[in-house]
Amino acid sequence: MMWLFLRKQKYLIDFTLSSLLRRKGKSLGLLAVYTLIVFMLASVTLFTHALRKEAGLMLQASPEIIVQRMQAGRHALIPADYLQRIGRLRGVTQKEGRLWGYYYDPAVKANYTIMTAGQVAAPLTEIIIGTGIARARGLVVGDYLTLRSQNGEAYSFEITELLNEKSELVSADLLLMSPQAFRRLFNIPEGFYTDLVLSVRNPREVRKVAEKLTLLLPDTRPILREEVLRTYDSVFSWRQGILFVLLTGSILAFVIFAWDKASGLSAEERREIGILKAVGWETADVMRMKFWEGMIVSLSAFLIGYLAAYAHVFYASASLFEPVLKGWAVLYPQFRLTPFVDGLQLATLLFFTVLPYIVATIIPIWRTSITDPDAVMR
Amino acid sequence: MRKSNTFLACVFLLLVGCIATLVDATHRKHLAVSDVESGTALVRQFGLTDLALFTEARYTRHLSQSDLHSAFQDHPVALEHFPSGSLLLPPQRMQ
Repeated sequence: MMWLFLRKQKYLIDFTLSSLLRRKGKSLGLLAVYTLIVFMLASVTLFTHALRKEAGLMLQASPEIIVQRMQAGRHALIPADYLQRIGRLRGVTQKEGRLWGYYYDPAVKANYTIMTAGQVAAPLTEIIIGTGIARARGLVVGDYLTLRSQNGEAYSFEITELLNEKSELVSADLLLMSPQAFRRLFNIPEGFYTDLVLSVRNPREVRKVAEKLTLLLPDTRPILREEVLRTYDSVFSWRQGILFVLLTGSILAFVIFAWDKASGLSAEERREIGILKAVGWETADVMRMKFWEGMIVSLSAFLIGYLAAYAHVFYASASLFEPVLKGWAVLYPQFRLTPFVDGLQLATLLFFTVLPYIVATIIPIWRTSITDPDAVMR
Repeated sequence: MRKSNTFLACVFLLLVGCIATLVDATHRKHLAVSDVESGTALVRQFGLTDLALFTEARYTRHLSQSDLHSAFQDHPVALEHFPSGSLLLPPQRMQ
């Protein structure tokens, strides 16, 4: 019984493929457009999902609380004595000041992020740079980089190390120097920091500590790690949303194309259905044949589109999206994303790309196939 | 060869390809552990808070650290994330 059913389906597929090949240009055109739509949707989904996951994993290690001082609504330098004013807050295991800022390099028109190398007493004239800067300026270890200070003096720094290229996603534009050199370059007096960093042992106490901080230091703004993580989660959802909005035009065009093709059956297709019914095909057979037609086109488009998107995102570093993400930035990290793909993601994509097409095509066919063959052929 | 057999063979190959992507993803996830760890180590060591993905302006470089309304400040015709950015013209002297 089962064998008979399968044989019947195979004959139907044979017939459907022959019918599709009779309209070769139209069928291949539809397949190409459909594949392109799946490719774009799958690329956006895979890319943003992988980037969000990777950002979440890396930024999981960022500080629990950052304390920024606000003045007239803007981020201002924070006096070091705030560390004493915080005192011994219950739950805070460590607290220290950070020095960091931006440096615009007119030579390559790029913004660097300059940070101090922790509390390590690095030599005054030595720096460590990220691979993005090294690439943009053509620098290697042992070269010198000259930076112009706040009051116009030029300082030359020897590059002693390049940051690990595997961490480029967070370090492409980083430039690390000693705190003394940083203060001299930006004319920041001793006793001031850019912001403060607090470590809290128990994650459940973080909110409580932040509440106490806002009471203790009313001119500050605590930024929690969970907010940092949430920012990135929403940024990628937003970027994904924007890309989907941009894609909506092409998706709608495809929907109209598919709907038009399916609902406004061509005279030739109508005649084909009429003849089939006249030679003894039942309505169910015509429906099955048309179901296979939709299935062949949509399944092929889905499989080819998804495989191409996987190769594009995870083997070609999503090169089509690079200009969008890069924006006006000169420094852009070179990174190869780790694939975070699961069955659910695939199933969702399948549901939203294959099912609508089959539904859109099957209903008009049903309407035509229940009418009288004589009327259809006329 | 019957057309249906050719088609089913192609679909089978493509399905194998799809399953291979899941296997490849799992394999590469294991390989990438050290890459992610080196990034995490740097984040922990220097207290980094943001990705170096958008380096064109300070509020895009450090999204999580920027002022709440820090757009409009770096370049008068920079791409804005406020709708009003598309309505306001740059100052006269910049035109």
